[in-house]
Amino acid sequence: MAESLLLQNGRIIDPDNGFDRQGDLLIVDGKVAAVGTPPPEDVQIVDVRGCWVMPGLIDMHVHLREPGEEYKEDIETGTRAAAAGGFTAVACMPNTRPVNDCLAVTSLILERAARGSARVYPVGAISRGSRGESLADFGEMKEAGVVAVSDDGMPVVDSQLMRRALEYAADHRLTVISHSEELFLSRHGVMNEGPVSTRLGLKGIPAAAEAIMVYRDIALAEYTGRPVHIAHVSTAMATDLIRAAKTRGVRVTAETTPHYFTLTDEAVQGYNTNAKMNPPLRSEADRRAVLQGLVDGTLDAVATDHAPHSTLEKDVEFDLAANGVIGLETAVPLTLELVRRGVIDEQRFVRLLSLNPARILNVPGGSLAPGQPADVSVIDPAEQFVYTVDSVMSKSKNSPFLGRSLQGRAVMTLVDGRVMFSRPR
Amino acid sequence: MTSGYNFTQKHILGIHHLSADDIDFILKTADSFKEISTRAIKKVPTMRGLTVVNLFFEPSTRTRLSFEIAAKRMSADTYNISASTSSTVKGETLIDTARNISAMKPDIIIMRHSFAGAPDMLTRYIDASVINAGDGSHEHPSQGLLDMMTVREHKGRLEGLKVTIVGDILHSRVARSDILGFTRMGARVFVYGPATMIPPGLEELGATVCSSLEEAVADADVVMTLRIQKERQKDPLFPSLREYAQKYGINRRILDRARPDAIVMHPGPINRGVELMPDVADGPRSVILDQVTNGVAVRMALLYLVMGNS
Repeated sequence: MAESLLLQNGRIIDPDNGFDRQGDLLIVDGKVAAVGTPPPEDVQIVDVRGCWVMPGLIDMHVHLREPGEEYKEDIETGTRAAAAGGFTAVACMPNTRPVNDCLAVTSLILERAARGSARVYPVGAISRGSRGESLADFGEMKEAGVVAVSDDGMPVVDSQLMRRALEYAADHRLTVISHSEELFLSRHGVMNEGPVSTRLGLKGIPAAAEAIMVYRDIALAEYTGRPVHIAHVSTAMATDLIRAAKTRGVRVTAETTPHYFTLTDEAVQGYNTNAKMNPPLRSEADRRAVLQGLVDGTLDAVATDHAPHSTLEKDVEFDLAANGVIGLETAVPLTLELVRRGVIDEQRFVRLLSLNPARILNVPGGSLAPGQPADVSVIDPAEQFVYTVDSVMSKSKNSPFLGRSLQGRAVMTLVDGRVMFSRPR
Repeated sequence: MTSGYNFTQKHILGIHHLSADDIDFILKTADSFKEISTRAIKKVPTMRGLTVVNLFFEPSTRTRLSFEIAAKRMSADTYNISASTSSTVKGETLIDTARNISAMKPDIIIMRHSFAGAPDMLTRYIDASVINAGDGSHEHPSQGLLDMMTVREHKGRLEGLKVTIVGDILHSRVARSDILGFTRMGARVFVYGPATMIPPGLEELGATVCSSLEEAVADADVVMTLRIQKERQKDPLFPSLREYAQKYGINRRILDRARPDAIVMHPGPINRGVELMPDVADGPRSVILDQVTNGVAVRMALLYLVMGNS
């Protein structure tokens, strides 16, 4: 007997298939069933009236901390937070302990992920140990299951090495994700450089530190003809560089995060370590430029850069606090806020959080076409809630959005047709 | 005793948090306490039985001594903890150190720390009042207040004065407290230094950034020069001390551009011959030692005023 599920009366939004209308989505044996397929008699029916039914959201930039820092997060808790936040898949960065720079670590991550609540796409290191000296074994990692390579957390300082990474990764159909930061300019910096850093007496990181490296990576992509993906874009300067490069036909894609388009460096006020991350929260002009980039297609994806840290790393002096904030459970409402304000439409929302990440990473998903694996995100765009410490599913609670009233929340998250998360309505 | 004003601050974390009325009241209170230090018996019983802890995570001679003398002249019991003897070398976190000290029920903690915001953080974990004695490059409110007290003493007012600050504004907590304080009290603050030492957004704090030393000093009522921190020369913001002295040091020739009755100030300790030439430091316009004397009075006032709210 086939297992089947009918999501009834939802608003199905599937830009890949040019689809946006009220309807029922039938899932049979873990796959999206063909339109017009009559539901079997024993179908389980879930009424999702008022909700959006979308191809599964994919967070292409998270830190799951396993192996090595399980006290902050592990694959089980991280994927549970992902599912609760409406994500059916996450791409996890390699800066674990040890670094994911070889088959053994990739295999361990995938083995643990098999019991998780969302798909996990491991990202391998560009360089061995992410030390920036020599290339890691891309081919072997690809076989083990990585979908991309990155030294995220650190830039690849050596431009020759970065060039070779772009060339060699293309051989293996691996996306190269760049953490773009000019380390001499950002050295010792703990927040954006500007009037707020001056007032607070904190060492600043200028916007140019991001832009210089983004331009280096664009130049390398342009010269080699290979694609590059720019992680966590935070500045107007970098957004402009990417826009100009795309106009020239350079194969560059880019992501930003909800904190960069929602907050500014004013959030650091009071030395709030939950507003400390790298790159840092920027100025209001940068925030607006990043938003514009999301609107006009310069920025292709919204990712979270979910970076769990415990109180050990965050309840300390601002200078000593670790960089990073969690984001899996706030990305949907914060991005929906843009839809409500008319900045982007529903189709763009799905592109930014599902279709484009799938394409950039060359992974399945982003579509509800018949026969596709039934990775489906159901969200209630009207549900209002206050984001509190107690509600956080992630092991770590380092969010700058705690205490904030949010609107729009995951109701049901399915991977291969299996319900990974559902919230009573 | 000064009265009739409701001073509500429990902590003194920065001039940023003080209104013009708060500052005026602190300065008046300090004026009234200054006389105590001239007595043969330099002690009043005002704070008898109260415990004041000097928690210094950074070396300091004059500020710590000044706070200690201030507390003792008010009859408080004072205790000094410095980084070299503190438990931080044993790996204890700042929060744990603070909670442990708090458990011994001090009334006021005076804190110096090399990281901006450390005193703010302390207030979230302890009951005592916290007075910031300098945190990183953020603020040094008691220094800002004693500077205002000294200028007011010599000029009779703060409003309308031209106050010029020359030097490493980027790293200076004194500059931030002075810019905020003097502008809040109606003075105009002009800053100048090597462009590498001028952080962005000073205008938003209320300062005017000058493009030459001459412009900065012209017709100034107050010329304040900041200490060049030689220990920062590992990451040099200017080529050499020699060049700094030539191009940015305050000498008699440049001082002639200020008003004839201009006063010269420095938060100390001075690098003689670098930011300030010896003949200016020791000259008739220098009020540097008045600043130090007033420091005790301002700190007595701060201890007294927060005591009422702790």
